[in-house]
Amino acid sequence: MKDILGELEARRDAARAGGGQRRIEAQHAKGKLTARERLELLLDEGSFEEFDMFVAHRCTDFGMQQDRPAGDGVVTGWGTVNGRMVYVFSQDFTVFGGSLSETHAQKICKIMDLAVQNGAPVIGINDSGGARIQEGVASLAGYAEVFQRNIMASGVVPQISLIMGPCAGGAVYSPAMTDFIFMVKDTSYMFVTGPDVVKTVTNEVVTAEELGGASTHTRKSSVADGAFDNDVEALAEARRLIDLLPLNNRDKAPVRPFFDDVAREEPSLDTLIPDNAHTPYDMKELILKLADEGDFFEIQADFARNIVTGFIRLEGSTVGVVANQPMVLAGCLDIDSSRKAARFVRFCDAFEIPILTLVDVPGFLPGTSQEYGGVIKHGAKLLFAYGEATVPKVTVITRKAYGGAYDVMSSKHLRGDFNYAWPTAEIAVMGAKGATEILYRSELGDPQKIAARTGDYEARFANPFVAAERGFIDEVITPRSTRRRICRAFASLRTKKQANPWKKHNNIPL
Amino acid sequence: MFDKILIANRGEIACRVIKTARKMGIATVAIYSDADRNALHVQMADEAVHIGPSPAAQSYIVIDKVMDAIAKTGAQAVHPGYGFLSENPRFAAALEKAGVAFIGPPVGAIEAMGDKITSKKLAAEAGVSTVPGYMGLIADAEEAVTISRQIGYPVMIKASAGGGGKGMRIAWSDDEAREGFQSSKNEAAASFGDDRIFIEKFVTQPRHIEIQVLADAHGNAVYLHERECSIQRRNQKVIEEAPSPFLDAATRKAMGEQAVALARAVGYTSAGTVEFIVDGGRNFYFLEMNTRLQVEHPVTELITGIDLVEQMIRVAAGEKLPFKQADLKINGWAMESRLYAEDPYRGFLPSIGRLSRYRPPAEEATPTRAVRNDTGVTEGGEISMYYDPMIAKLCTWAPDRARAIEEMRLALDAFEVEGIGHNLPFLATVMDHPKFVAGEMTTAFINEEFPDGFDGAVLPEAALERIAAAAAAMNRVSEIRLARISGRMDNHERHVGEDWVVTLQGKAFPVRIGADKAGADVHIGGRVLRVTSDWVPGQPLARLTVGGAPLVLKVGKVPSGFRVRYRGADLKVHVRTPRAAELAALMPEKLPPDTSKFLLCPMPGLLVKLNVVAGDEVQEGQALCTVEAMKMENILRAERKGVVKAVKAAPGDSLAVDQVIVEFD
Repeated sequence: MKDILGELEARRDAARAGGGQRRIEAQHAKGKLTARERLELLLDEGSFEEFDMFVAHRCTDFGMQQDRPAGDGVVTGWGTVNGRMVYVFSQDFTVFGGSLSETHAQKICKIMDLAVQNGAPVIGINDSGGARIQEGVASLAGYAEVFQRNIMASGVVPQISLIMGPCAGGAVYSPAMTDFIFMVKDTSYMFVTGPDVVKTVTNEVVTAEELGGASTHTRKSSVADGAFDNDVEALAEARRLIDLLPLNNRDKAPVRPFFDDVAREEPSLDTLIPDNAHTPYDMKELILKLADEGDFFEIQADFARNIVTGFIRLEGSTVGVVANQPMVLAGCLDIDSSRKAARFVRFCDAFEIPILTLVDVPGFLPGTSQEYGGVIKHGAKLLFAYGEATVPKVTVITRKAYGGAYDVMSSKHLRGDFNYAWPTAEIAVMGAKGATEILYRSELGDPQKIAARTGDYEARFANPFVAAERGFIDEVITPRSTRRRICRAFASLRTKKQANPWKKHNNIPL
Repeated sequence: MFDKILIANRGEIACRVIKTARKMGIATVAIYSDADRNALHVQMADEAVHIGPSPAAQSYIVIDKVMDAIAKTGAQAVHPGYGFLSENPRFAAALEKAGVAFIGPPVGAIEAMGDKITSKKLAAEAGVSTVPGYMGLIADAEEAVTISRQIGYPVMIKASAGGGGKGMRIAWSDDEAREGFQSSKNEAAASFGDDRIFIEKFVTQPRHIEIQVLADAHGNAVYLHERECSIQRRNQKVIEEAPSPFLDAATRKAMGEQAVALARAVGYTSAGTVEFIVDGGRNFYFLEMNTRLQVEHPVTELITGIDLVEQMIRVAAGEKLPFKQADLKINGWAMESRLYAEDPYRGFLPSIGRLSRYRPPAEEATPTRAVRNDTGVTEGGEISMYYDPMIAKLCTWAPDRARAIEEMRLALDAFEVEGIGHNLPFLATVMDHPKFVAGEMTTAFINEEFPDGFDGAVLPEAALERIAAAAAAMNRVSEIRLARISGRMDNHERHVGEDWVVTLQGKAFPVRIGADKAGADVHIGGRVLRVTSDWVPGQPLARLTVGGAPLVLKVGKVPSGFRVRYRGADLKVHVRTPRAAELAALMPEKLPPDTSKFLLCPMPGLLVKLNVVAGDEVQEGQALCTVEAMKMENILRAERKGVVKAVKAAPGDSLAVDQVIVEFD
């Protein structure tokens, strides 16, 4: 018996050694951790339970039968994050460059099936050179098997991808279909075709970092939701995000003990809105002052910064925040900000996370680039996402809520549950100047008359009371009391039940 | 006594005056510009009058507007604060004409002391020690040499019209005197169109020590001892204290008596300050007299127990001083730190913006300690570009200097200011500086001790250990909370361990932590530090007791740890399991991107002038552009020789911090 146990330990040691000491050192030299080290940091100490440690590939071409390392380039299993179950896979770059074989894919599929069956998130750590070329179409089939499971798991359990090395070609489409993608600066990249192919086909010369590095995907393409300095930081932040998410779509958002006063007043919010309507202010200050303990996990912080999305907690419980940011493009809606916010709202709705919307929006960005780019359909995504969402929806209008953008931003008319406005709110079809220039076109030649008309319009419409008179605004609240108000609003909505008509699925304008 | 006074000022000094007036049962009137509509002094006053646009030149210093406000409100007296109209004889005269009392000295005294040369002459006549020098016109270089020899080297050769170091030379020999005279004269002619030159003794190891005087209209005049204000940056006082650690009783008495003599000589009433320069041998020389309340007056109030503003008001109302010189003792020691909206990490450039957080330490006064904070701002207020960047004066008092410094350190640690750049870390660093602690400073202290500017303090090992112990205890509280989230697997919960590694300032401290209900015992560096605190996650200020001594930290969150601001340091403190720390150590150090190829805008402002175009070759130190911020025109210069590759901004652009203006090849 002792020998048998010894044999098991020997085999385990061999499997844990991955591609061997030399390759592990090479991985470290690149500033990267190994697949197992990453799992150690992602999961609670000692909580990892491994599957398929001894799985090996079945390829016999190109002399592959000579080299059949245990585990086949991916470590899979489950563990806990602060005691909550998650399923994980972590590709091992030290074994065949982390390339995906048929059996490698089967290991990933196994834990994904279990995740859906048992209702727990899937965290994938990607560090792979791509398809296992030696296996040819079997490798491609493996990718597709994973893709199909990503699709089936979408909206059932949260899926998070951590890109911690190369992720190219077909491999990108698995993370692409997960809920959140995080990258590591300087050591990860994602692209469908690499710089060499780009050069051959289009003569365009570009580095891997420029083509698909963390900066590209967090600022330009919006493929990634966040970027971190190194593996250690990325994994710590992934834990922080997991703490905010429900385990599955039948679960409620998690609740954590909190150390903040539900009724905390913030007198400084009374002066957040500048005297001059054309002066911007930082909406993030409001978010931080509303959140429990000033804690905000921002999603896509560097993309379409005219809208802010992310998670806070109120009374210990997760709330998704969507907020116009007056500091950038005056907080207008445009193609990018609509897409960004729409996807976020849909994630929240899929996983029963209540949504707080903070509104200061002057309207949609005008111009040919927006119209040619299809702002109509992209803007409609956000409208659609808010309108279909059945989670608790609380909205606070801080300043401008003009035109169609007012309707879009979780208005009463889109089944907003609580629609609050600050006394500084201006809920109108458009700004006073624009409105009077249309209404009093004949007087345009007389600046004095127009100024008087503008003044009249401002007095009548640049306030929250016209909307409040109609019940579109439930209550005009003082800025300093906003935290207490929204906490109570969400508390009253804990029992909210709302259902949309039966359908196979809707047809959101993609 | 007056029923109502108007305060012709803003900010902290307006608030300061209102407090005393209120205590005396006098109604107050504030004046305010557009930018100050919501300012604290406006909220505090009984009445407030709007007097115009934001720039002071169109509001606070327009005499007619202030006179209108007085007429409108029926104020019987005006306190001018400092700056603005406080030393403007025309204002004092206008008040006199209108029959309104000026809470300050008579017009004649303001005029007499307002002129550098006149005041020096008057001082000399009153028997006040002045810097040996020659005031008359100097014909040529040879005469300059003769005069210099009479005064004794080193001497300072100065342009009469000079200021800001222009047209100023220091000479240690005949040759240098000859040369210095000529170059000063040329420079003065070019800069000021006035080439008159005078020569005076150059004071070595100079300290700035000033005497507070108070006089009434009944012939009584006293001195309230000295304040030392040697910690200055570009003639701007930063830290003051009373008494001076340098003066002995005899020097103090001599300086005080001379100051009173001068006050009497010019018929002075109200509070005033006679500034002296004191050399390493305790020789003191008159510099000038400020005919107003000084910014740093609180330190005098703290050591004498006298409310200077109250006495100013009483004197203006014709009352007699209620004390004699013999009654005025020095009680304990007081320190003042001026909190400026200036970013020490960016060469002390002014910083403007919204105070998203502003929580000064609690004010208190007991027989053994006192904390006082004179301020004119509140959380949510705006630091605008229009006025002085000083936002608060934090003062501490204790029975002796060492304890007053320690109180100041703790008070600075507990002072929370966010949203703008500010000099709190720099102030804290000075409080820990051995020369300052020893009281061995001169007016050159900042230039000599911080020649390359300020880049944050490096903390000693003992402090790091205490912070590490505190961080380990705070981390334990945080981690236990994290492990109590809902949705856990029953019976398979996360166990929060005892062994951790804390890394900060490039050092790693392995710790073992054992906790009980009341606190934690942190085993660190071979000893045990007991940590107790009521800190809970999310609190930005942690008040702890570590090893029996208080520790106050500003705490923020970073992945796997805390951002800790303490004293002059801003640290990332990571708390990890030993295994995680081992793995974290494998991560490469990431250097900030190389910005040497760019000229970045160091502060938010308006680009008013751009001197280069693409392709220009520039020399080190060459002016590249001018950025206007806080009414200051800042000239940005090339750090090294180079060729301009591209210009990324145009005149008229509003620039953000770190925005690229010019790119180099």
